[in-house]
Amino acid sequence: MSSDYQRIDALRPGTFSLDGEEVEFGPSDSILQAATRAGHYIPHLCWHPDFGAQGSCRLCTVRVNGRSGAACTVQAASGQEVQSNTEELNLQRKSMLQMLFIEGNHFCPSCEKSGNCGLQATAYQMGMEGPEFEAFFPNRPVDASHPDLLLDLNRCILCGLCVRASQQVDQKDVFAFGGHGIDSQLLVNSPSGKLVDSALQLGDRAAQICPVGAILPKRQGFVIPIGQRRFDIKPISEQVEGSVP
Amino acid sequence: MNPIGLDIEALLARHSRAPHRLVQILRELQAQQHWLSRDTLSTVASALSLPLAHVEGVAGFYRFFHTQPVGTYRVLFSDNITDRLLGSNDLLHDLCRRLKVEPNTMRSDGRVSVATTSCTGLCDQGPAALINHHQIVTRLTPGRIDHMAALIERQVPPSQWPTEWSRVDDQIRLANVKLGAQPAPGEGIAAAIARGPQGMLDDIKRSKLRGRGGAGYATGTKWQLCRNAHGQTHYVVCNADEGEPGTFKDRVLLSSYADTVFEGMTIAALVVGARRGLVYLRGEYRYLLESLEAVLARRREQGLLGNAIQGLAGFDFDIEIHVGAGAYVCGEESALIESLEGKRGTPRIRPPFPVEYGYMGQPTTVNNVETFCAATHIAVHGGAWWVKIGTPQSTGTKIHSISGDCERPGLYEYPYGTRIGRILEDCGASNTQAVQVGGPSGVCLSASEFSRRIGFEDVPTAGAFMVFDRSRDMFEVAHNFAKFFAHESCGFCTPCRVGTELVVRRMDKLKRGYGSSKDVQVLYQLDKLMQGATHCGLGAAACNPLRDTISKFRPAYEQHLKSLHFAPGFDMDAELSQARLATGRDDSGAHLETLA
Repeated sequence: MSSDYQRIDALRPGTFSLDGEEVEFGPSDSILQAATRAGHYIPHLCWHPDFGAQGSCRLCTVRVNGRSGAACTVQAASGQEVQSNTEELNLQRKSMLQMLFIEGNHFCPSCEKSGNCGLQATAYQMGMEGPEFEAFFPNRPVDASHPDLLLDLNRCILCGLCVRASQQVDQKDVFAFGGHGIDSQLLVNSPSGKLVDSALQLGDRAAQICPVGAILPKRQGFVIPIGQRRFDIKPISEQVEGSVP
Repeated sequence: MNPIGLDIEALLARHSRAPHRLVQILRELQAQQHWLSRDTLSTVASALSLPLAHVEGVAGFYRFFHTQPVGTYRVLFSDNITDRLLGSNDLLHDLCRRLKVEPNTMRSDGRVSVATTSCTGLCDQGPAALINHHQIVTRLTPGRIDHMAALIERQVPPSQWPTEWSRVDDQIRLANVKLGAQPAPGEGIAAAIARGPQGMLDDIKRSKLRGRGGAGYATGTKWQLCRNAHGQTHYVVCNADEGEPGTFKDRVLLSSYADTVFEGMTIAALVVGARRGLVYLRGEYRYLLESLEAVLARRREQGLLGNAIQGLAGFDFDIEIHVGAGAYVCGEESALIESLEGKRGTPRIRPPFPVEYGYMGQPTTVNNVETFCAATHIAVHGGAWWVKIGTPQSTGTKIHSISGDCERPGLYEYPYGTRIGRILEDCGASNTQAVQVGGPSGVCLSASEFSRRIGFEDVPTAGAFMVFDRSRDMFEVAHNFAKFFAHESCGFCTPCRVGTELVVRRMDKLKRGYGSSKDVQVLYQLDKLMQGATHCGLGAAACNPLRDTISKFRPAYEQHLKSLHFAPGFDMDAELSQARLATGRDDSGAHLETLA
């Protein structure tokens, strides 16, 4: 065997190009995993470095060698040419953010999550200035039955992070997806369907993971004043979660 | 325990309380109880050791499951454009009037509910309706509607309704290979055994057979990938979830050519080394279940299924039928597998592809009904024979389900490469304005394109061929298709869930006469977004009919525009909807159109 013989499955990093910059990736990394670790920002809402990909929000849609794919689900491979921060893709992201806003009931000025909200911060990042589409104003319930937590489905964007956190970390299966089409919704696993009768506790990962204001701890809404919150200080693109310095 | 409780226990035991049987369990329970109450879901959840929310999520996913009370009689009118062309909408309202029930609601005495459902695959003998998610009624007329209303009022069980109403004709108008003389049961298997698994695979590859379900993937390559994939066991799955509106070829193949279908599955099993096969039968074809089970039973007796098929030691294979519950998206192979596993039919992230990680995580080949038929004929006659039919890139024949404005709707089988115009002549279409080939997710061709040819290299198709003459408004056709995609979106990804709904709202607005050229621009923008950003092909194709009709039949849209140049910022009447809601008014004085 010659010394330059290399097995394709050998554990060695490769690189791909993201908007012209070389990004190193490890075995079984998705494009989004590798980009995030290297501190690059690709807009996303349903993905989190601690959990497996879901691939539903589609904000991280990039072009890989000219073809469209969600960066959270496409495996990184050597030599890929990935385009993410382009005018076309950012316009597409803005449209999808507008879709997420108008399909629910999002009123930032009165929302406790304002300034800490991933949806709001990503919308600012993408230069969204208005809803563009007509609001659907769906009739969705608020569940305030739990002593420590509030569930406001008006703000749910179906990212499924609470579903995965409850399943994979808390091992409680408190949340699940229900319905279909535009009537898709988050379900609570309890005999009554109410949060108070579920196994959810304040300290659970599922209680803390919500990127928007759908699952909120009670009595903490304005402990940090508006103006001093996470995304008030620095834009979301400069706070890449899970990056390794 | 009450009798219903006993029924549940027996039913759960029959399905071994296995979580992957969940969709079948819910379907059978609903057939007994009409709807699925929270108590029922809770009983099932604890019996299967599943979270209640998971069971609720599965029940809420499928269009045929009801988690709210519905009438003892559930009448679902097929809502494909071809049913509408035949007057289905008037018939629906006629039935509602006679029964004094509003569409989409249950009558207060709990007797009846009337609503619509996506295409039932009876476009050549519509308008059609599905009764209690089981029995079908074809060729609806005002007379039948009148009689049906009386039978429902008299509480006559659907099984005692006139048998003529449920008559389904094959309507084979032009037969070639697949609809022609069939090999005797076992002939194809014997030929495959004689070649051996590798030899049979080589012959399928030689035939250049491509999938007949729409995507057109090379069957030989798919089987080889599955055969080579490592797993504890391998599966063969037949995709009989024929949900593409306007398609009904699989209905006929399963009605009259089931032996050839099962034989093809058995040949696939020999090639990939599978011991189990599954047929995913769409819920709308529930009425075919008993006859299909009878064919399977006979084939077991004939030694064509079971252990040591045709005496070959170790060639063990059997087939089981799984009935769907109303979800177009389950025609996508990974969503179909999720559904087979008893889950919500949401398409999986791919790769891994089903050939490596399919049903229960094992290598699985999923092929269309017509593809399995083709495999049987190739086993008997050889790949070299098949490759001579059709064109170099598209070998063999394709079955077309023809409906709409023509004299002779039904099934037509042509070699690939056949001209669209020839097909139109054969079915007796005249004064044709457009043809929708491949269903709503396919392509809409205008008269200038009738010299194009059927084939993967020109006009690919999954089998639907809907004809529209010059009296039809192509905007109405696109509107119907837009509603179909919104109704069938699984809701998983943002662009499809919200995009399909936005398209419908735009089209509704155009139809009401409040549209502007800006709305047409937004439709273009939504089309572009959905093509590139959705999770699966359903969303990517959802705007195909829109794009085609806007570009080829733009006057049909423009006649719905208030003004080509004026761009109203909002719909005045729609803005009043909140005020109407708040004041509880819906009279003529509360609407701009009817304001005196």
